[in-house]
Amino acid sequence: MSESVSENVGLIIIVVGVIFDLLGCIGLVRLPDIYNRLQAATKCVTLGTCMILVGVAINIGLADGGGAKALICAAFVLLTSPVGAHALARAAHKAGIRLWEGSVVDKYLEVDSGKKVTGAKV
Amino acid sequence: MTIATASLIFMVVLMFSSFLCLYRIGAGPTAPDRTVAIDILGTLVVGFCAIMTWQTEKAFYMNIAITWALLSFIGTIALAKYLEGRGFDE
Repeated sequence: MSESVSENVGLIIIVVGVIFDLLGCIGLVRLPDIYNRLQAATKCVTLGTCMILVGVAINIGLADGGGAKALICAAFVLLTSPVGAHALARAAHKAGIRLWEGSVVDKYLEVDSGKKVTGAKV
Repeated sequence: MTIATASLIFMVVLMFSSFLCLYRIGAGPTAPDRTVAIDILGTLVVGFCAIMTWQTEKAFYMNIAITWALLSFIGTIALAKYLEGRGFDE
């Protein structure tokens, strides 16, 4: 009884994670510029993959080593994926990629150049 | 629903997501767009390996997932440093 309950809970968590992955990749294709794509894809896919890993760990159990490795991998993805996304956004801004023309504020440019910037035409 | 059917559906959805990433790698107008798509593709492969572990009940697929996450992170950081125009030791 309790085994089937934990299997169903793990299955639901995996389903939600796969849906998050799919929505993040749709955002990666649909959104207009690099910064929008970065925030949509990174946050959705990180959460989705962590939920897949946790669901698999619940389903296969911690006994034979696979579940513990899945939890370690989830912690690792949760730590490294935002760091990589932050480095990429900084690199794109320093490389001179313009914001989308619908964007209204560029705080990083204000901090960098020390003056107030309005609008996206920088 | 058996484990085989459920994992097949999950794999098909993840493969469709991977093809969306491949579209962005091919069509992305700038180099950081392609780098973001490569990073996301690596994270999707980690989830794919987890589904494979669940389906086949072989724990060594999780080793592949951990290694892939590590190498994807290092590659993303290296490409970001390169795009920024700095050396790796700064």
